[in-house]
Amino acid sequence: MTFDVFLQHLTNGISLGSLYALVAIGYTMVYGILRLINFAHGDIFMMATYFTFYSIVIFGVPWYAAFLAVIVVTGALGIVLETSAYRPLRDAPRISIMISAIGASFLLENLAIVIFGGRPKAFPAPDFFTEVIRFGTVAIQRLTFIIPVMTLVLLFVLLYLINNTKSGMAMRAVSKDYETSRLMGVDVNRTISVTFGIGSMLAAVGGIMWGMKFPQIQPLMGVMPGIKCFIAAVIGGIGNIHGAVIGGFVLGLAEILLIAFLPDLTGYRDAFAFILLIIVLLLRPTGIMGEKIAEKV
Amino acid sequence: MKKRNAILTILSILFLIAFLYYADNRFNAYQIRVLNLCAIYAILGLSMNLINGFTGLFCLGHAGFMAIGAYTSALLTMPVAVKDQNFFLAPINEALRTVTLPYPAALLVAGILAAVFAFLIGAPVLRLRGDYLGIATLGFAEIIRIVITNLQTITNGALGLKAIPAKTTLWWSFGIAALTTVVILLLIKSSYGRAFKAIREDEVAAEAMGVSLFRHKVLSFVIGAFFAGVGGGLLGNLLGAINPLLFRFTLTFNILLIIVLGGMGSITGTVISAFIVTTGLEFLRFLDQPFSLGFVQVPGIAGLRMVVFSALLMLVVLFFRRGLMGTNEFSWDYIVGLFKNMCKGTGKPLSKGGIK
Repeated sequence: MTFDVFLQHLTNGISLGSLYALVAIGYTMVYGILRLINFAHGDIFMMATYFTFYSIVIFGVPWYAAFLAVIVVTGALGIVLETSAYRPLRDAPRISIMISAIGASFLLENLAIVIFGGRPKAFPAPDFFTEVIRFGTVAIQRLTFIIPVMTLVLLFVLLYLINNTKSGMAMRAVSKDYETSRLMGVDVNRTISVTFGIGSMLAAVGGIMWGMKFPQIQPLMGVMPGIKCFIAAVIGGIGNIHGAVIGGFVLGLAEILLIAFLPDLTGYRDAFAFILLIIVLLLRPTGIMGEKIAEKV
Repeated sequence: MKKRNAILTILSILFLIAFLYYADNRFNAYQIRVLNLCAIYAILGLSMNLINGFTGLFCLGHAGFMAIGAYTSALLTMPVAVKDQNFFLAPINEALRTVTLPYPAALLVAGILAAVFAFLIGAPVLRLRGDYLGIATLGFAEIIRIVITNLQTITNGALGLKAIPAKTTLWWSFGIAALTTVVILLLIKSSYGRAFKAIREDEVAAEAMGVSLFRHKVLSFVIGAFFAGVGGGLLGNLLGAINPLLFRFTLTFNILLIIVLGGMGSITGTVISAFIVTTGLEFLRFLDQPFSLGFVQVPGIAGLRMVVFSALLMLVVLFFRRGLMGTNEFSWDYIVGLFKNMCKGTGKPLSKGGIK
């Protein structure tokens, strides 16, 4: 493998990793607050790509306006999902909420099949993003640079929101101790809605970028990325935003480099993420950045 | 009382056998297939309920064990000529080509192989707790599926297996369903069963009382996987064609749905809801074809069935959290009491169905 090809793979891995990171943040935030694997997150991600497709191709909205609108609408979808599927189950056993999450995921997938049709569609990627830039013999799409930069910018905005604003403080409080923060006058329901909104908006950004990078969209496209991003969040230490980003990068890079160095194993690509997950869980049960939880009896 | 219950039990078993005999001879192929599916889902639901409902391990790996069972049983029952037809892309592994076993032996091997894999997986993974266990077992199920997709010479890869001998009859599926019910019932009532429930209620307390967590968790996991493998084998030989896509997470979810609807930790509930869910899914098929609502003509929309199904499911989870039976079990005393009350017509409230 020449150095050029290696560089190409490396940039690819970094941009895939940043996509994983963006979506993984949504998982980790929801898990941190509700202790819930939000199985529907991958489908919200899928919905965002379809919203983009329809606003650009059918309604002819310019791409920058479409992207903004899609991010807002997807955030709203996340909040609607939370209020309708999860809020009524706040005091229910964990398994009920989990089933509700899986049910919501199936509902979104099947709705997408009925409304958008099962046939794959071509994502309308604006030329600005797909333009190829050449460095000597290395040819890289502009998108490949934009994705990691975008991820880092959004990460810092998010960290600022969480560490320096009142809603951020409420989020931290709720994720630390649900009951006590309610007693302290935190509006728990509102905080959870905000969390879902932010998570879904990040998923929307991830979905748009994903659509431009892999321009074929179909109703079940959210399932595999969804599971992988959850894995990234677990690898990084679930509930921890830095962890989600690190996990995303680790997973994305490892996946691409595995295929690059051992092309024979390409068929096992999806299995690799799970194997990595199980190894990490067995060695460090709470993930790379997760804190060790002492068992209270 | 005891005598009456025994008579009632024998009567209902005889009734079931008579019904099966009637169904076997008079029902059409579609109805028989649906009945078979009901029984198979009951087996799968029971095996998953043992792990999730009774032992409280959140395990999402059922599709993987079923895949192992289905492939094993299919490969062991297929005659050589059919195998050669199936493996046209790459020839089948020579050792596997000539092996054929009678159906019961094939099912047994399917179950044992699934149980062996469960042991290999369970030994390291069962140290994890809660959601982590769920996601790790889900991961293993996916790994099994992906490995099956890639083992061209053993499983025929993504093409799957076709023309699997249709060996699953009503007698096989209902017989094994009955056997599963009895085995799991006896297991639950034994000291092992009490240990399982203790682990479900409180792991730390159970350990303090001298219950070996690891041993019982692995035991429950392996037994559950054994029946999942047998159920998978029955399913493969019923459907006649299997491929790796059949064993996606959706399948695990269907079974999870059955046990949640029936009530986690209720054998009766699982069996009843296996029948309701399976026939319900078939019943909803009318949604995919054009139908009229009296005054509006609804054109057939492919996929509407699944939308309605998932919406119904969400409603059930949101409003009937305990499922059909909660943790209660069927007992004749309860049914007889119900009848007596209806005859008397007194408003005396019934005690919740007792545990036998």
